[in-house]
Amino acid sequence: MRIQRILAIVKKEAKKTVRDPAVLFMVFLFPVAFMLAFGAFFGGGGGEQPVYEVGVVNMDKGDAAQTLLTMLSKTGLLSPRVYDDNNTAQADLSQGKVKAVIIIPSDFSLSLASYRAAPGEPGRWSNTTIALYLDKGSLIAIQAVPPMLQQALAAVAGLESQAPLSPLRVEVASLVEVKTLSVFEFMAPGMFTFASIYILMMVAQAFIQDRENGMMKRIRTTSITSFEFMMGQVFSYMLIALVQAALVFATVYLLGFRPNVDLGTHLFAFTILLVFSLSNVGFGLIAATLAKSPGAATGFSFLFLLPQLFLGTFVGMSLSQTAQIACRFVPSYYVTDSLVSLFLRGASILSPAILLDLAVASMFSVAVLIAGIFLYAKYFRI
Amino acid sequence: MVEPGILIERLVKKYEDVTAVDGLSLRVARGELFGLLGPNGAGKTTTINILCGLVKPTSGIVSVYGFDVQAELCKVKQFIGVCTQETAVYDYLTGLENVELFGSLYAMRGDVLKARRKALLEKMGLTKDAERRVGKYSGGMKRRLSLILALVHDPQVVFLDEPTVGMDPQSRRAVWDFIRGLKAEGKTVILTTHYMEEAEELCDRVGIIDHGKLITLGAPGELISDSGVGSLEELFIKLTGRRIREEA
Ligand SMILES: Nc1ncnc2c1ncn2[C@@H]1O[C@H](COP(=O)(O)OP(=O)(O)O)[C@@H](O)[C@H]1O
Ligand SMILES: [Mg+2]
Repeated sequence: MRIQRILAIVKKEAKKTVRDPAVLFMVFLFPVAFMLAFGAFFGGGGGEQPVYEVGVVNMDKGDAAQTLLTMLSKTGLLSPRVYDDNNTAQADLSQGKVKAVIIIPSDFSLSLASYRAAPGEPGRWSNTTIALYLDKGSLIAIQAVPPMLQQALAAVAGLESQAPLSPLRVEVASLVEVKTLSVFEFMAPGMFTFASIYILMMVAQAFIQDRENGMMKRIRTTSITSFEFMMGQVFSYMLIALVQAALVFATVYLLGFRPNVDLGTHLFAFTILLVFSLSNVGFGLIAATLAKSPGAATGFSFLFLLPQLFLGTFVGMSLSQTAQIACRFVPSYYVTDSLVSLFLRGASILSPAILLDLAVASMFSVAVLIAGIFLYAKYFRI
Repeated sequence: MVEPGILIERLVKKYEDVTAVDGLSLRVARGELFGLLGPNGAGKTTTINILCGLVKPTSGIVSVYGFDVQAELCKVKQFIGVCTQETAVYDYLTGLENVELFGSLYAMRGDVLKARRKALLEKMGLTKDAERRVGKYSGGMKRRLSLILALVHDPQVVFLDEPTVGMDPQSRRAVWDFIRGLKAEGKTVILTTHYMEEAEELCDRVGIIDHGKLITLGAPGELISDSGVGSLEELFIKLTGRRIREEA
């Protein structure tokens, strides 16, 4: 085996990929453009200033609490939603329905009255604490809600600006992990597989084209072995898959997808996508075996592309329970599943579910690749 | 024959409904420039493809320089160069990159490849266009590049399948000179053609095949004088009652 020969094939494929507009579009531009459009529709990062809903649990029955609610509304940025009990409020916070929860303590009015009676004598104040729960993942909540609350409290107390001293203390009780996702974020992991499966079509077309124009024959007259040639092809498409995954990642990142995961998780994600690219070469070869002309290649590619698209990418994530069973029969499902667990649920790369996904995706992909090579070689020789 | 050249023995290749090669036997000596002539569909390409291992024969034996093409194809590939009938070159690569790729496929050393590449592009008049994408080349330029790809690794045995088909007279002359150069370097060349004048001009010996069978074999001059005709073209008509090319 000569590395030189394998590298020569990889180099050639790389040049083809960047020089052929059709390939460039299908593999790189299309997924990026698709995601940009998708992100624009479902990403939620709109242009006008939004109003953030904050939950308020009012344990104080006095007038002062009502005034505070009015003052919060007056900030123009916060829209208070009153809850009767803390549990419901916390549940809504953790699902992202509100950005923060403010707990008005039962002695709120009392404390305020003690301050008004003797503004200059801190010793006679009855101190109290306003607890604040914030959405950990929301920059707005963390940075904007506390000062706005302070501002509203100062207004309630009748101070010009934020008082240097008052019995009302705001304490950030905890930052809450919020599981809410925009539609875009929810679907982002499935984008990787979505982009990747189009490589299948590129493989099918490349093989048929080179077969039709006599290039494959010509390559076979040289001293490169079939094994070296296939290695070169497989490496090329892995490289393409890698670049594509990086591009897709950059795009989703640009669109605001910030999975809170470490470097190892990213490496794992790229690894499973690399493994997955083997199945694309395999399916591409099978499509190239079935199709007798470049035109037919597209049709046969869709035969393998569509099930993977519907069952194993972001499209499949919103399917019914019964349909989810069918998902188990496409390799892309396992890749998307692992990416969802890693990026959206914060699963560890060593957790059994993730390792199982990797194992199944690997076996599936290698089996498809081997089947593809054998089928193609049986009818056309490589 | 002391050193074996190219040996074809009772070669048969059957496709479902046609017998492309029908019991062909032929010997070509080392250093010989041999022409395989015949009309379209005679079985020339099939014979060449069997010689370079692209097609498996139905029966019979072919060997190149003593190596059985079936059993020792890896060895054979190292010293043969093949210019297939289709102009197979990569459109998306430049001329230079095409040559470089094929050199690498033969695992040539960098410096050797570089020198060889330069010389061949020069000889074929492609130096000026070497950095351009082949997609922009004319048909004749692509054919010339295709020839270079077959010869980049300096093979001892060269198979040229219709090397000048569709070329303008000027390009054809250039290719003829090039082929004569190969002969001068002592290479064994088998070329196929259905242009009889090309064979007369170039070949030491020719074999005329029709329907997969060898119908006559010999040096062009002798064949013509022995049968009392004016050209190979006329000889073919005399032997088969048909013209070798339907068109003019
Ligand atoms: N792959 C194939 N399948 C079926 N028939 C073929 C195939 N290749 C060649 N033939 C047939 O074999 C005969 C010889 O073809 P070929 O060797 O290409 O002739 P030539 O090169 O002399 O024009 C033709 O009748 C052709 O149709
Ligand atoms: Mg032919």
